[in-house]
Amino acid sequence: MKRYGPRTLLLELLMVAVAVAFLFPVYALITLSFKDPGQIAAHPLSLPSPPTLDNYSGAWSSASLGGALLSSTLITVVSLVLLIAIGSCAAYFLARTGTRLGYGLYILFLLGIVLPFQLGMIPLYNLFSRLDLIGSYQAIILFYTGIQLPFTVFLYTGFIRALPPEYAAAALVDGASHLQAYTRIVFPLLRPITGTVLILNAVFIWNDFFTPLLYLAGSDKETIPVRIFAFVGQYVSDYGLVFAGLVLGAIPILVVFLVLQRYVIKGFASGLKG
Amino acid sequence: MTRPSSVATAAPDTGPAPPPGRPIRRRRNRLSPPWLFVAPALLVYAAVVLYPAASGVLYAFTDWSGIGDWSFVGLRNFDSLLSDDRALGSLKNTLLLTVAIVVVQNGIGLLLALGVHARIKSRMVLRAIFFAPVVVSPVMVAFLWKYVYNPDPGAGLNGLLGAIGLGSLRQDWLGDPSLALWSIAAMVVWQHAGYSMVIFLAGLEGIGKDVQEAATIDGAGAFTRFRYVTWPLLAPSTTINVMLSTIGGLKLFDQVFAATGGGPGNATETLSTVLYKEAFVFGRYGYSTAVALVLALFVAAVSLVQIRYLRAREDKA
Repeated sequence: MKRYGPRTLLLELLMVAVAVAFLFPVYALITLSFKDPGQIAAHPLSLPSPPTLDNYSGAWSSASLGGALLSSTLITVVSLVLLIAIGSCAAYFLARTGTRLGYGLYILFLLGIVLPFQLGMIPLYNLFSRLDLIGSYQAIILFYTGIQLPFTVFLYTGFIRALPPEYAAAALVDGASHLQAYTRIVFPLLRPITGTVLILNAVFIWNDFFTPLLYLAGSDKETIPVRIFAFVGQYVSDYGLVFAGLVLGAIPILVVFLVLQRYVIKGFASGLKG
Repeated sequence: MTRPSSVATAAPDTGPAPPPGRPIRRRRNRLSPPWLFVAPALLVYAAVVLYPAASGVLYAFTDWSGIGDWSFVGLRNFDSLLSDDRALGSLKNTLLLTVAIVVVQNGIGLLLALGVHARIKSRMVLRAIFFAPVVVSPVMVAFLWKYVYNPDPGAGLNGLLGAIGLGSLRQDWLGDPSLALWSIAAMVVWQHAGYSMVIFLAGLEGIGKDVQEAATIDGAGAFTRFRYVTWPLLAPSTTINVMLSTIGGLKLFDQVFAATGGGPGNATETLSTVLYKEAFVFGRYGYSTAVALVLALFVAAVSLVQIRYLRAREDKA
């Protein structure tokens, strides 16, 4: 359309300058994580000279991030599988049933999007504690599956309503059961929205802080944000060590983001159209 | 003369009967999946969301301490809320924070979107940079900003201001009660401006180039083009952005909890931090759920009003 003129160059320079200012906290984060306490006190803003890796080895071992990484991965993956399995099935029913009751159920699910989880936070904690599930993977996975269902059902239902029902109908006429028609014909057609559901829920669950703090703090199943929280509390004044911990804690999700950038941005941008 | 022709045109309307609705509905019902499809989700949703939320509403009218017996106290919790300076202050803080975040985050997000939508060479890299903080845990972002807001004149933001000759602007960003709330808002905006950006960007990409070109040919300058063509067509993106940032602002917890814990004094308490403290520090569960109920009503009311108002604006556009 338009060619790259002097005004475009000016805009380019302006945007790069904005990005540089935007990245200042990240500059502080990375440079400090490579400095020893003496350098941090004397030259807080300069580049590390010489850079040290002590903070990283120290943070890795004293924050025991390896276990947290495993725990976060397990919780996120299992919750996502459950959410997608039961959420998409429920949405398929809600989108295809013509009944009044089905519509009422759909509205009931949508209610969950506006309810702040704090309203039921304490009763739910008590429920899990009566079942002796506090400190277990089951409780936190069940929590994420339930709390993210409304949003998941909302996204899937909107998508399925826009799909022609003929594909599944043909399979049913050919003698397939509803479950077969769903798993073989319908579910594969849901791939685009499954991608969105996956990305939005994965980022939320991976980064969520308060509930894992409540359910898992002090156990050997702490997730990365909870581990980092405890670690920062312990070494609060040692910025080099704390920042090395923050870098290590943020790396897994940032790597996934950079690899899947296009999909992640698309997922976030298209997630809430309704 | 005209009568026969009007009869002739009217005839086909009533002539071939429209297909009766019944058989279609029958066929649909046979296509409808069995209830078993929705049962697992309903079960989990009821156990994790509906039942606890309903109990929460119930406890809001009791004097429950979290353990042992409780009795109904009517509206007493809400009465004490109205005379509780900390709770009222937190309500005010929550609303101020939300307004600041909604306005600034979406304003900056829009400017960023317009910038990286242009044909600049670095646009893909810049999109990734501005969006990256969105995927990082808010707690970790808050810890990073706690250092940026370091009161030490040589470190963090103060050090930067000193280095570029703006040393007179140095502040105790999180320690000054009149400033701390806005510092938290800035931190939240830094993390989420990229989210607003990608939603506006999707909106911009949906506006046909021909529309923009037509306006240019008609002699519209860049600003007029934005005001009368781009901005109205971005209405759906604006709706989504305003809704998301409002709900996010009202529920804000992690960032405040990690950065200030509600302090200094009560300067940065939000509804979420107050209800957390009432429940887990002071053991006033009944009162805490009353605060949670107020928060829930706020979120629900604001969402409904915004959907109405913003949807109406979309229809006009």
